[in-house]
Amino acid sequence: MTFRIATLLPVSLFVVMGMVLAVGLNRDPKILPSMLLNHQLPQFDLPPLDAGNPKMSSDEFTGKGLTLINVFGSWCVSCRYEHPLLMSISKDPRFKLVGIDWKDGADEARQFLLQYGNPYALIGADVSGRTAIDLGVSGAPETFVIDGKGQVRLRIPGPLTPQIWDQQIEPLIREAQKAL
Amino acid sequence: MIRALFAVFIFLASIGSAFAVLPDEMLKDAALEHRARAISQELRCLVCQNESIDDSDATLARDLRMIVRERLTAGDSDAQVIGFVAQRYGNFVLLKPPFQADTVLLWLLPFLFLAIGLFAAWRYFKQPGADTLELENELLKGD
Repeated sequence: MTFRIATLLPVSLFVVMGMVLAVGLNRDPKILPSMLLNHQLPQFDLPPLDAGNPKMSSDEFTGKGLTLINVFGSWCVSCRYEHPLLMSISKDPRFKLVGIDWKDGADEARQFLLQYGNPYALIGADVSGRTAIDLGVSGAPETFVIDGKGQVRLRIPGPLTPQIWDQQIEPLIREAQKAL
Repeated sequence: MIRALFAVFIFLASIGSAFAVLPDEMLKDAALEHRARAISQELRCLVCQNESIDDSDATLARDLRMIVRERLTAGDSDAQVIGFVAQRYGNFVLLKPPFQADTVLLWLLPFLFLAIGLFAAWRYFKQPGADTLELENELLKGD
């Protein structure tokens, strides 16, 4: 009986499919690529959470070094989980941490910040949720890293962890420091 | 009797999804509302990822439904409305993915597998018959 390559075909197909599916199994389908990655931050203008504070405009993130935009809400459970990390980085002078209070009541948001601390240099209130939709936000918390040119360099859906910080955000901060 | 119960059950089961779109969201213009429903059924809800925004009770889905209706009222075409959402959330929100470079495999693999299957079937059903016929002829000759 002659040996035929065709007999190996099903086996090799099976191996290839197995590898493709194994990669697929290990990817989190909830994590979607951001449409904004390496694009200019969309225009927005948000009123401050507290009257009297400056409003938050997308224009002010250009030409001022690195900015971290954190989308949060007092109703958001995982925001409480990442909050201690935000508090610990809030005094870092290498970047500015600002918050977008997403679909929240002003009183609830103030209470939340009173209770857990306020890590943000600036807070914009996105009551209608329109700005969040322009940013492609699908759930809170979500964090964007904006570079000095006003471009989105990174989007982290879900709570920040020390691991994400060290592996993904810290390198961008160092890169921005070098560029200065 | 069982049939009647079954019908009642199906009706009750359908209520939940039928009322995701709240009356206050609907447009007065029936034609526009009809287009809005059709568009909403093609857009994926990002919170509960296997539902369309038309079926979903999530707040984000509701907000997106309102945006769809706003854009339509402003005079956008269906494609422009879908483009508006896809520009923000990517092609992932399209329940029917577009045919483009990175989705070629997705669209063409079924046809490729069908072709492979048909070819295999053709080989399987044709060859043995032909072989046995040849064998029979040889045996007959031998007699």
